[in-house]
Amino acid sequence: MSFLTLRIQRAAGQIGSVAVTLLGLLMLTFFIGRLMPADPVRAMVGEDATRETYEQVYRDLGLDRPLWEQFLYYLRDVASGDFGTSIRTGQPVIQDILHVMPATIELATFAIIIGALLGIPMGVLAAVCKDRWPDHAIRVVSLTGHSMPIFWTGMIALIVFYAHLGLVGGSGRMDQFYIGLVEERTGFLLIDSLLAGEMDVFWSAVNHVILPACLLGYSSAAYITRMTRSFMLDQLNQEYVTTARVKGLSQAQTIWLHAFGNIRVQLVTIVALAYGSLLEGAVLIETVFAWPGFGQYLTSNLIIGDMNAVMTCVLIVGVIFIGLNLLSDLLYRVLDPRTRS
Amino acid sequence: MDTLLDVSNLRIRYGGAAREAVRGVSFTLGRERLGIVGESGSGKSTVGRALLKLLPGATITADRLRFEDVDLTLLSEREMLKIRGRRMSMILQDPKFSLNPIRRVGDQVSETYLRHFRCSRREARERALAMLEAVKIRDPERVYRQYPHEVSGGMGQRIMIAMMLLADPDLVIADEPTSALDVTVRLQVLDILDNLVRNRGIGLIMISHDLNLVRNFCDRVLIMYAGQVVETLKAGDLERAEHPYTRGLLAAQPRIGGPRAPLSVLDRKPEWLEENA
Repeated sequence: MSFLTLRIQRAAGQIGSVAVTLLGLLMLTFFIGRLMPADPVRAMVGEDATRETYEQVYRDLGLDRPLWEQFLYYLRDVASGDFGTSIRTGQPVIQDILHVMPATIELATFAIIIGALLGIPMGVLAAVCKDRWPDHAIRVVSLTGHSMPIFWTGMIALIVFYAHLGLVGGSGRMDQFYIGLVEERTGFLLIDSLLAGEMDVFWSAVNHVILPACLLGYSSAAYITRMTRSFMLDQLNQEYVTTARVKGLSQAQTIWLHAFGNIRVQLVTIVALAYGSLLEGAVLIETVFAWPGFGQYLTSNLIIGDMNAVMTCVLIVGVIFIGLNLLSDLLYRVLDPRTRS
Repeated sequence: MDTLLDVSNLRIRYGGAAREAVRGVSFTLGRERLGIVGESGSGKSTVGRALLKLLPGATITADRLRFEDVDLTLLSEREMLKIRGRRMSMILQDPKFSLNPIRRVGDQVSETYLRHFRCSRREARERALAMLEAVKIRDPERVYRQYPHEVSGGMGQRIMIAMMLLADPDLVIADEPTSALDVTVRLQVLDILDNLVRNRGIGLIMISHDLNLVRNFCDRVLIMYAGQVVETLKAGDLERAEHPYTRGLLAAQPRIGGPRAPLSVLDRKPEWLEENA
């Protein structure tokens, strides 16, 4: 079989498995919508509606049809980009989500960069110094990041770095003063302000994102550190590490030129997963910092039972994870020669 | 014959272990081939790694640990980096694990040269290619670009040999160099190693559990048991061994055309465990 057909076959397999996963995901969101105790009809017509109105809406929504038929309608709507209307805002759900998503992406991206830059070197160091004081120190630092309630650290950090030291901006995405100054084009404030040439707004936005991003980054660093340490320990026991040392490479050279390359694949996976859970939204941090992001949006809609919004949010989280998994699969191919042949 | 290595009363204790893994091993080595034989856990591999000071967490003491003009016990890690690979190297057991799976074979070989000599990448590459040819790899250019999972075990071990001899060391330790290979390619690989070692006048320490292999391949044999050398013999005199452990090992070997009686079972005597002064 030629190389090309093999590749096409592999790509087709990948697309197929993504399609199946997506279908499963849609089923899940559909049934979440049906099984939730919230009554969509009551939410629409209100408590005082007459019985006739209630039944009219019930039929209009297609709720009198068999489940499988409802599911097909749902599939058709999703495929045509119709995710329903939010009861709360009266706008299409997708429009609301596109509005909150960039704020979360901005925060999550900063956070994961900080988390990876902090967590990976700490994990490597901990592995190299296993059972000596740097290892213990790093364990304490990362365990602290992992176990402290983030709403609490968030508030303390706001008090210290914002209220007392004045080093960073407070809550929100920028200073009150600048709100509405920049035209929204991409939704990413950092990009929009640059496009508009408003450097003051840009720096204000950086100032505001840095503290929550550091806190989220610290807590993902805790996870990344632990995983990096165990991946690295695995590699340091391998014989090829001894080979490199026998050749006359120093410990540092052995780690960065030989062992690290072998944990890249695993690192990509866990960093992608950590990024995914950050994109899912960090409700607590978003609440403490009044960050108008995805996490807040999802939670508030869950509480009021706005099912269209909740279903779409779950769908988006699922799609994010499928996408990140696909991405890390592709990176595997690039980083590990054994998966290529 | 000049002495390459002079070891006296070498003792090694792993961190946290109750007993020493190696207890008072002494031997000297010229430009010859010395075999170290023993069962699993006898400390033979530990001795090999201790010579390169590659035993993290272990304590190594010795009355004398001289390699050519240097005292290995006094060398810092930084100074050891100049010894390892350049003057003393080691061939590891299984190329499946001892080659880095994600780097091209050729780059791994030429790395040895680049570490120890000031030269261009191209020169290192030329050297590596020549060395790959010296270990009888037919198409070195092609193999140079391959990854470890694309070469066979025998080929992998020849690559390992090339890597470890590239910087022209004076002493090579071969730690079970053929145990992981198919019987059919064992002799080929040994032959290649033997030729290179002889032609270049390299001292060789061959660590193995295979008595026959060591007998045919080495000049002298050290027999180890429980961290001690129980007997040192010329390879040709192995049949005249006196220590009951060595005799037991020899008796436990099947022979083609020998009597079809059950092989004798090695009778390990507790007094062998005691330290002999």
